[in-house]
Amino acid sequence: MAQAPALPRGFELPLEPRLPRIGSVDAVALEERAASLAKRSIKREAKVFALELAIRMMDLTTLEGQDTPGKIAALASKAIRPDPSDPNIPSVAALCVYPNLVPTAVARVEGTGVKVASVATAFPSGQSPLEAKLDEVRWVVEHGADEVDMVIDRGAFLSGRYAKVYDEIVRVKEACGDAHLKVILEVSELGTYDNVRRASLLAIAAGADFIKTSTGKLPGAATLPVTLCMLEAIRDVYEETGRMVGMKPAGGIRQAKQSVQYLVQLHETLGVDWLTPDLYRIGASSLLNDVLMQLRKERTGAYQSADYFTID
Amino acid sequence: MTDLERTRERSPVPKDWTYAPAPEARDIVHIEERYGHFVGGEWVEPAETYSTISPASEEPLAQVGQATAEEVTGAVDAARDAFENGWSDISPSERAKYLFRIARILQERSREFAVLESLNGGKPIKESRDVDLPLSAAHFFYYAGWADKLEYAFPNRRPRPIGVAGQIIPWNFPLLMLAWKIAPALAAGNTVVLKPAETTPLSALLFCDVVRQAELPPGVVNIVTGDGRTGTAIVKAGVDKIAFTGSTEVGKAIQRELAGTGKRLTLELGGKAANIIFDDAALDQAVEGIINGIYFNQGHVCCAGSRLLVQESIYEPVVEKLKRRLATLRVGDPLDKNTDVGAINSRQQLEKIQELVASGEEEGAEIYQPPCRLPEKGYWFAPTVFTNVAQSYRIAQEEIFGPVLSILTFRTPEEAVEKANNTPYGLSAGVWTEKGSRILWMAERLRAGVIWANTYNRFDPSSPFGGYKESGFGREGGRHGLEPYLDFS
Repeated sequence: MAQAPALPRGFELPLEPRLPRIGSVDAVALEERAASLAKRSIKREAKVFALELAIRMMDLTTLEGQDTPGKIAALASKAIRPDPSDPNIPSVAALCVYPNLVPTAVARVEGTGVKVASVATAFPSGQSPLEAKLDEVRWVVEHGADEVDMVIDRGAFLSGRYAKVYDEIVRVKEACGDAHLKVILEVSELGTYDNVRRASLLAIAAGADFIKTSTGKLPGAATLPVTLCMLEAIRDVYEETGRMVGMKPAGGIRQAKQSVQYLVQLHETLGVDWLTPDLYRIGASSLLNDVLMQLRKERTGAYQSADYFTID
Repeated sequence: MTDLERTRERSPVPKDWTYAPAPEARDIVHIEERYGHFVGGEWVEPAETYSTISPASEEPLAQVGQATAEEVTGAVDAARDAFENGWSDISPSERAKYLFRIARILQERSREFAVLESLNGGKPIKESRDVDLPLSAAHFFYYAGWADKLEYAFPNRRPRPIGVAGQIIPWNFPLLMLAWKIAPALAAGNTVVLKPAETTPLSALLFCDVVRQAELPPGVVNIVTGDGRTGTAIVKAGVDKIAFTGSTEVGKAIQRELAGTGKRLTLELGGKAANIIFDDAALDQAVEGIINGIYFNQGHVCCAGSRLLVQESIYEPVVEKLKRRLATLRVGDPLDKNTDVGAINSRQQLEKIQELVASGEEEGAEIYQPPCRLPEKGYWFAPTVFTNVAQSYRIAQEEIFGPVLSILTFRTPEEAVEKANNTPYGLSAGVWTEKGSRILWMAERLRAGVIWANTYNRFDPSSPFGGYKESGFGREGGRHGLEPYLDFS
């Protein structure tokens, strides 16, 4: 098993190939840049492109205590065919559910190209023993989850036990086998952009396929600046090593307009190569209908009532 | 195909994502076919006119006056009359009232002004909308607040207005420079004759409409348009003070002309600012700061961070990041809301930039320009970076006033200070580091009027602005900005 190198503060991780220096993040300037990118005016065909891409990148999510097979079945139908009246609307990327509902979800989306993602590792707090977390991961993968969304141990991170966080991600990655691993940093608990950057690089070093902002269970989930901060970490890793890591903002993205802002930010930070669901996902539970509404408005020239879009 | 293969199938990656044009509506602003001079609250038919154009398309926008010495004298007389018969005597809170009105009207009509500013000057609408207009209004608000508090601003010094101020402003921030000049002058109780730059007279002419709308007494603000000959006439006319913002060359000529006349003078001239990046800086944000420092307003900024000093240990990543970022700059139609870099203000300026860039290549610097398609009509210059620049090259010494960055390196803080100060100018500087103590250490040693730390090109009406050495003298903004418009007894 890989042992985590102790992280000397402020220096490169002693790994090959070299990871970028951890460096620091200037909060004021980061937020300014994110705000200025959010002012891009995306119209007509460029907007349709973005909205369709947003659907193809969406992890349609339900993470509630009251989730049932019936709810999952309804959501799966929506994921496969978001707008029954328009066959040109693509399917979403994945359905994101709790472990117990993985078998139902897998059965519902099989053969459609829609993937099943499961949260795991004592989501959302991560405060469980490592063995329990690994068992959970192995269980969801065995039952057909294509992707695992794990949470990092923020308690360990905030107390400076970076090695523990690193080890855990490495172990979870092993347990994932062929399933893709998304590592949730839960940014609103990390407190600073410097911590977000450090946690991003740590997760990437430990083998994350994706890094993800939030569980969606706390207020203050994904924001444009925090996502930009993570994209910049991904960019540094790419420039240093050539490795392409994915990004998933999640939580708080409810409007089509926001999804376009996130995609503009992605486009102008990492370039066109990242405009694919293989490298970018939007975690959302209530975004899809607004995107559909905007797309239909672009198609027909008029807004339609919310009653014309299914609530699932 | 097995399940595993299916999950590993790659999704297609698009070739590009072209943003559809997003032009700001131009019809919000009405441009007259012909403008006169605004003297004593009335439009005066000019003896001679010239055509003002849009630098992005070379399309003629209007005919404006080329003021003669006689017309300038008429404007100065009107200003004198307004000063002696009313304006200097009305209660300071009344003066404040007018300034507040102007500020509010500018806010209300900001979209109109922003479009006109971009049309006539070539700057991107997002800058005129988000920077020029809010700052112009803020300047009037700020000095409106001082108008009735001059006694407190300068305790025991009994401030009095000086009379008629002749004000000559540049083309890079036409309305904002007008605000910088007119707001403190009026707050202090003076009247003004202002000449906008030859290439960008339209926002000043639209401002006359604001002056009327605010019911400012006639003659308090007079606007005459024209080229350098008109400027010379103002300098020679019977004004009590000249405030000039523009090139060092012209500034020196004005100073020579005024020597011994007793007229007061403030000059805000050129610059060749160092933007200094230390190895502990937040790099991605520093790169944004570099971009903002030199490509903001096509580099037509006297305080532009045109000399980049990078600590040698981070030279490579900084240059790499910078080039990558440069490729995402959107150059084109100033009225498009997504444009980052607009048109060069005039053919003359374009030729000057081309000449200096050619000299850089000749002297041995390495040029980089991102691939970008420039419009065929109008005046354009691609964002440019020079590496391998020696301190002795002209591109490291002379003000280019265009989107051209020269990159030099340094090893220690001492060397950074030495190189930064090694210029006849001294308007501004930028320092990027995570270390607070180093910011203060640098700020004590850099000979520049404004030093930005971990930011660049940030302005606020409460913060004084002005230069050392050949960048001029006198301060604009803040309480300091009132002093040049006051006599003390």
